[in-house]
Amino acid sequence: MIKHLVRLVITGLMASSLLAQAADIPVTASAAVNVKTSSKSTTDHSKLEALKGPFKTGPEVTKACLSCHNTAGHQVMKSIHWTWETKNPTTGKLVGKKWTANNFCGSPISNEARCTSCHAGYGWADKNFDFTNQDNVDCLACHDNTGTYKKFGTDAGHPLYADREFEPMEGPPGKKMFKAPDLTQIAQHVGKPGRANCGACHFSGGGGDAVKHGDLDSSLKNPPRELDVHMAKDGANLVCADCHTFNAHQPSGSRYAATAKDKHGFDLPKDDHNRATCESCHGFVPHKEAKINNHTNKVACQTCHIPEFARGGIATKMLWDWSTAGKMDAAGKPLFIKDDHGHLKYSAAKGDFEYGENVRPEYKWYNGIVHPVSITDKFDDSKVLELNRVEGSAADPNSRIWPFKVMRGKQAYDTENKTLVVNHVFGDDDTALWKHYDYAKSIKAGMDYAGFPYSGKFGFIETRMNWFITHMVAPKEKAVPCQECHTRAADGRLAEITDIYLPGRDRNTLVDTLGWLAIAGAIAAGLIHGTARFISRRRQGSKS
Amino acid sequence: MSSERIYIYKRYERFWHWSQALLIITMMITGFEVHGTYTLLGFKKAVQLHTLAAWTLITLWAFTIFWQFTTGEWRQYLPSLKNVMAMVHYYTIGIFTNAPHPFHKTVVQKHNPLQRLAYLALLAFISPLIWGSGLLYLFYGNWANLGVDRYLSLEAVAVAHTAGAFMITAFFFIHVYLTTTGHTVFAHIKAMITGWEDADEHHA
Repeated sequence: MIKHLVRLVITGLMASSLLAQAADIPVTASAAVNVKTSSKSTTDHSKLEALKGPFKTGPEVTKACLSCHNTAGHQVMKSIHWTWETKNPTTGKLVGKKWTANNFCGSPISNEARCTSCHAGYGWADKNFDFTNQDNVDCLACHDNTGTYKKFGTDAGHPLYADREFEPMEGPPGKKMFKAPDLTQIAQHVGKPGRANCGACHFSGGGGDAVKHGDLDSSLKNPPRELDVHMAKDGANLVCADCHTFNAHQPSGSRYAATAKDKHGFDLPKDDHNRATCESCHGFVPHKEAKINNHTNKVACQTCHIPEFARGGIATKMLWDWSTAGKMDAAGKPLFIKDDHGHLKYSAAKGDFEYGENVRPEYKWYNGIVHPVSITDKFDDSKVLELNRVEGSAADPNSRIWPFKVMRGKQAYDTENKTLVVNHVFGDDDTALWKHYDYAKSIKAGMDYAGFPYSGKFGFIETRMNWFITHMVAPKEKAVPCQECHTRAADGRLAEITDIYLPGRDRNTLVDTLGWLAIAGAIAAGLIHGTARFISRRRQGSKS
Repeated sequence: MSSERIYIYKRYERFWHWSQALLIITMMITGFEVHGTYTLLGFKKAVQLHTLAAWTLITLWAFTIFWQFTTGEWRQYLPSLKNVMAMVHYYTIGIFTNAPHPFHKTVVQKHNPLQRLAYLALLAFISPLIWGSGLLYLFYGNWANLGVDRYLSLEAVAVAHTAGAFMITAFFFIHVYLTTTGHTVFAHIKAMITGWEDADEHHA
């Protein structure tokens, strides 16, 4: 059904762009997008009085949007895109970027102006941000259809309002000119979010393209079918929101409350408008072969259908060791070293990195319940700290085997209080790590700012983080072949999943030993008996 | 050459035997691949071929059971302890001293007493073990619907099936060896191909 709709839209799009060419109208990328929206939408936003502009700031545009869409602001303000926090539905604990820390940049606390360049709002520059002012909602980040809107990296969620010269910390030396987007033009060309809208933040999680997720990067803006069968133009040509359906601006599909096993199945005819599971469109029995359908109770679709992540040619970070940050070169300048592929492998600001492309995931039982460690949680520092342990086992009927990117990290913690710390990395002040390369100052500043208890002593602890892999679904002919799990090889994909009997891998040693002895005995008996017959017959032959 | 020839294996019987042989060999090869013993076709193809061969053999057996009962041939499998010791004596001693075979095949008695016992064991013990565990294995995904998931584990079923597989494989090798014990090495195999057996060979 969706496929047909999509085809209809493509056909319509092609037809209308042909018409446009025939009429000698130059078709630019943004104009083509406009054709797409105007062909579906009942409103041509460029004709609206309220959007005449000119607009000088983001909040001005928002006010104009809300003059018609008068409930949208309050809807967005309830969403995790705005609050950056949510209640873990099973544990009741408050989680989200506001409370937990990852092993990438750590925590947005005290680093707001940088981190909130991915907040669906304007002006979250410090902890005094007004979360109740709907004029601070950023409509354009998601609804820009021109592809020209861009929130600036260090302006607390604002785009540039005037062209600016800027030298990125880890880029090539020298200032670069950054152009301010034309807010009036953009405001007049808004519509449903496309892959690039979501991707502007979600492809760059962790501070850069492909860094965080492994299965989300800019190669998905226009992916080949091989990379993503759902989003490829010659595949289903879906956009993110076709699966991550929104209900009153609330996105479906969550890492804090994942649906590890969908029991709802097909969304239609009883549509809950939550399509962020494979089963929503593919149902419970998607394969022709019953034996393969039998797997779906215990094995997540992703496990077979995403053989590797980071397949789009962009490497994802696999290791981030903060403990080595702060090295200077001979000239006393912060050191930045790139590897042969042009990836930063050492940054004075961030430490050592390792990258991976076409990475085989790790596999774990997962029932959708995750236990993120909050910054103030005490932990045992004698072992590797798992920042977001996922729950599940073979015995748990809600669990399935899921693929994960396991991010390895080493990050600062309070060695006395045994808690994580807030590391103040970004800011134009005298404590920020990325300015002064001094952990003692940056951690103290971060903890003071957050108001969390800090002993003043810090060390570094090895951490792990689980990122379940669910995008970059390959075409079915590229699914993981059976024998990559059903094998005795030590590097079998499910070698770590030991609480099940896995045909092709497992056996009963006693039965196998006795069995092979029986077969060997049968063959030996035949050979001995036959040889004896042969010899005795020859003897008798020679006698007669 | 005064030997008498008797027509002992009828056309259906020979068809059954050889197609069953082919299917069982296929299942042994694919089965041990599924078991992880080696890699030959790849796990998926091995499972598919194993399953296909199983269903084909079930179909073949349906016809064969019908044939056994309509022709009365099922009586060939009735056990008898008479002359079992004579057979044991023959295989352990007589065969080496060129003693005459104590059993003479006839159309109504084509299996010797040891064979009868062996086939009965196969039918009564190994066969139910293999088919029972195999079908449960095959329908693993339906255990919950059938209400048997509380009593079974995949491991128990798989291990039982493997045990059966080892038994049938051991049987296979002995069976193949014993075909060479006729008056010539290939006499029995020839009979199973043509249907005709040279009778009273020892008197010839």
